[in-house]
Amino acid sequence: MQRPELIDARPVPRPSLWIWAGIVVLVAAAFIYDLFTNGNYRWDVVADHLFDPRVLSAVVWTLILTVGAMVLGITMAVTMAVMRMSTNPILRGVAWAYIWFFRGTPIFTQLIFWGLFVVLWPTITLGIPFGPELFSVDSNVFYTPALFAIIGLGLNEGAYLSEIVRAGLNSVDKGQWEAATALGMKRSKTLWRIVMPQAMRVIVPPTGNETISMLKTTSLVLAVPVSLELQFVTNAIGNKAFLPIPLLIVAAIWYLFITSVLMVFQSRLERYYGKGFDDSEADRGKVKGMSKRQQAILASGTVHDDPNLEVTP
Amino acid sequence: MTTTPMVDIRGVHKFFGELHVLKGIDLQVQRGEVCVVLGPSGSGKSTLIRCINELEQISAGRLYVDGELMGLREEDGTLYRLSDEQIAKQRERVGMVFQRFNLFPHMTARENVMEAPRQVRGLRKDEAAKLADEQLARVGLSDRADHYPAQLSGGQQQRVAIARALAMEPELMLFDEPTSALDPELVGEVLGVMQELAASGMTMIVVTHEVGFAREVGDQVVFMDDGVIVERGEPRQVIDSPREQRTKDFFDKVL
Repeated sequence: MQRPELIDARPVPRPSLWIWAGIVVLVAAAFIYDLFTNGNYRWDVVADHLFDPRVLSAVVWTLILTVGAMVLGITMAVTMAVMRMSTNPILRGVAWAYIWFFRGTPIFTQLIFWGLFVVLWPTITLGIPFGPELFSVDSNVFYTPALFAIIGLGLNEGAYLSEIVRAGLNSVDKGQWEAATALGMKRSKTLWRIVMPQAMRVIVPPTGNETISMLKTTSLVLAVPVSLELQFVTNAIGNKAFLPIPLLIVAAIWYLFITSVLMVFQSRLERYYGKGFDDSEADRGKVKGMSKRQQAILASGTVHDDPNLEVTP
Repeated sequence: MTTTPMVDIRGVHKFFGELHVLKGIDLQVQRGEVCVVLGPSGSGKSTLIRCINELEQISAGRLYVDGELMGLREEDGTLYRLSDEQIAKQRERVGMVFQRFNLFPHMTARENVMEAPRQVRGLRKDEAAKLADEQLARVGLSDRADHYPAQLSGGQQQRVAIARALAMEPELMLFDEPTSALDPELVGEVLGVMQELAASGMTMIVVTHEVGFAREVGDQVVFMDDGVIVERGEPRQVIDSPREQRTKDFFDKVL
C-alpha cells in the first residue's frame, strides 16, 4: 500500500504568546536589575549568615519540630480515623470532638495555650474527680517548650490528617470489606491488612503536602514560646544587627531549599502510588517508578480518588 | 431418616428502612444439594444469600445453617445478638463468591487464597501456601499463582475467588451472580469449576441468570419475584413447565 502524504499545515498564529513572553522578560529583567543594584539587600550579610552556626542549628530545630509534629500528627490521625469508623458510638464521639476542637481553633491560639500549660495546671494529679488524689507531680518537671511545641503542632495536624486518612479508607471499595468479612476476618484485621494498604495511595500524597506545610507552620512556635527555629533565630539576629532584610532572605533561602528537597520526595511518592495516572496506563505497565504492587492496586480500580481531598490548615 | 438441612430458612423477612425486600421466605437446602435461585433483578435473590452469611441482618424469622441459629442466640424465649467475633466464627463455615470477584488487588492469587487461612485459622505460612496451591490447582490456575488480580482475566479472577473461599474448607458455598460481570466467552470456565464443585458433593446456593446451569447442575430451582418464592422444585419442571403464570412469563422472556 502506498504511504499517504501526511498533513504538513502551518500552525494557528499565536501572537499572544509573544506578548506574554515580552511582559515576563520585562518584569524578570526589572527584578534581576533590582537584585544586583539595590544595596538594601546586603547580599554580603546574606552570604555571611547563610551558614552561620546559629542559623544551621535553627535549621536543625525546624526539621526536628517538623518531623516530631508529623509523627505525632500521623499517629493521632490514624487513631482518630479508625475511631471514627468504629462500631462503638463513644469512640466515634471522642474522635469527632477532637477533630472539632483542633480544627475549630487557630493553631496560633493553641500554641499559646500549650505555652501556658504550667500556668493552667501547675501540678498534674492522678485521682478521682471530686474524690481522693492518688498521685501528683509538679508540671515544671516535664515542661519543655520544644516538646510542648511538638505536641501543639502534632495534635493540630492530627485533626486535619485524620480527615485525609478517613477519606482514604472510605475510598476503598465496599466489596473489599465484604469479601474479607465473608471469609470470617475480623474488622481490625480487615482494616489493617486489606483496606489500609489500598488506601495508602490516597492517603500518602496529601500527607507529603501536609509535611511541606508543617515545615512552614513551625515558624509559629514562637507563640509557645520556642526560640530555636529558623524564623525566630534569623529574625532575632537581623533585629539585633538592624539588618532584618538580609536575614529574612537567609530564612527564605533555607525554607525554599528544604521545601524543594521535600517536593522531590513528594513527586517520587506520587509516582510510586501512581497518583494522576488512570487505570489503562497502569494496565500497560507504563508508569515509571511505580511498584508492581501499586500498579496492581491501581489497575484493579478498587480505590476511588476523592477530588475534594486536599486539606490545608 | 431425617437429617438436619444444611440451610433452613424459616419465615425470613428483610426490611431496608421502609423497603420490604424479603417477604417471608421459607427454604430448605439439604447437605450436598445444589439450589439455584432464579428471578428478575430486584427480586431479593442476592439479599437472601447475603442474609445467609450475615452480610445483612434479617429483620424477622429464623435462619439456621447446619442446625445452628445464625446471628442470634435464643435462651428461655429471649433473643440475644451474637458478638462480631461469634458471627465471624459462624461465617467461617460459609464460603461466598461475589459478582465482582472482590479479590484483594494488592495480593497475588496465592496470597489472596492464603489470607484467610493465615489470619482466621492461624495456619503457618508454608501450610497456607501449600493449601493455596492445592486450591488454585483445583480451579486450574496453578500457573497463575504469582499473578496479581489485575493481570488475570475476569474468568480467572472469579476462579481465584472460588479457590479463596474453598481454602476455608466451608460446608456451604454461596454464589452471588458469579458470572454476571464476565465477558460471555469467559462464563463457561467459571461454570465449569462450579459444576465440578457440585459433583464433589459441595452444598451450594447459586444466584444466577444462567438458566442452562440451573437445568444441568441444579437439584432444586427456586424462582423468586418481588421478595417471595413464587415456585420451587425440580429444575426441568420449574423451567420448562412452570405452574405459576409469573414463572412462565419470566422464562418466556429469558429463554
